[in-house]
Amino acid sequence: MKIAVLVYGSPTASSAAATAYRYARAAIGLGHQITRVFFYGEGVHGASALAAPPQDEVNWGQRWQQLAQEHEIEMIVCIAAALRRGVLNQQEAQRHGKSAANLAAGFELSGLGQLADAALNSDRLITFGG
Amino acid sequence: MSTPDKQLLVVVGAGPHNATRARDALDLVLTSAAFEIGVGILFRDDAVYQLLPQQQADAIDAKSLAANLQALPLYDVEQLYAPRSALEARGLDPDNLLLPVQLLDDNATAALLHSYGQILSF
Repeated sequence: MKIAVLVYGSPTASSAAATAYRYARAAIGLGHQITRVFFYGEGVHGASALAAPPQDEVNWGQRWQQLAQEHEIEMIVCIAAALRRGVLNQQEAQRHGKSAANLAAGFELSGLGQLADAALNSDRLITFGG
Repeated sequence: MSTPDKQLLVVVGAGPHNATRARDALDLVLTSAAFEIGVGILFRDDAVYQLLPQQQADAIDAKSLAANLQALPLYDVEQLYAPRSALEARGLDPDNLLLPVQLLDDNATAALLHSYGQILSF
């Protein structure tokens, strides 16, 4: 089954990122394909390269990066939600006159059309933190 | 238009100025409509406050959602619903709303949720 995942909840104020990650891994383990993970709302904070949790805690952004690399999963971050919350790639940082960019490698800023497309072209779209 | 199993119901529970949830939901509705996905909205809980006319969002330095909400019919988004109980609990007059929403009793709300192939909650 082709499954897309929507992460709407904050990585620190909710368990959305962690639960979504475990779900994605479990689904892949059962032979399903995770086509795309879309980060929206507070979920976009999970794509910040500047999150520096203590050594003995999990960095969910890094977990997503590894999973995406291993299984060729697109990780799309809603550009409007990200800009509003200070998650910027180099191009957007320049465009908005900001001194730094912080979108982690493996994540891509794009529009809500990618979520609509995921809804249309996947067998399931599963939301975390809605 | 998308096939029945791809019809999308966006369920909104947030009031008009509760962080960005209401706007996030509305943006997704408008985008989905542009992709020709059949999309409906269920305004539940405090989201029914989005339907109050004559709000003055600028008084709290907020952006009004009203213009975007009123544009929904232009995007062919006409499947608009609210549980009657959500309006009654908040003392809102169903005859004085920003949009023509279909009022549902609890059984009809359950049936509505059952009838959509995809549901996203905000």
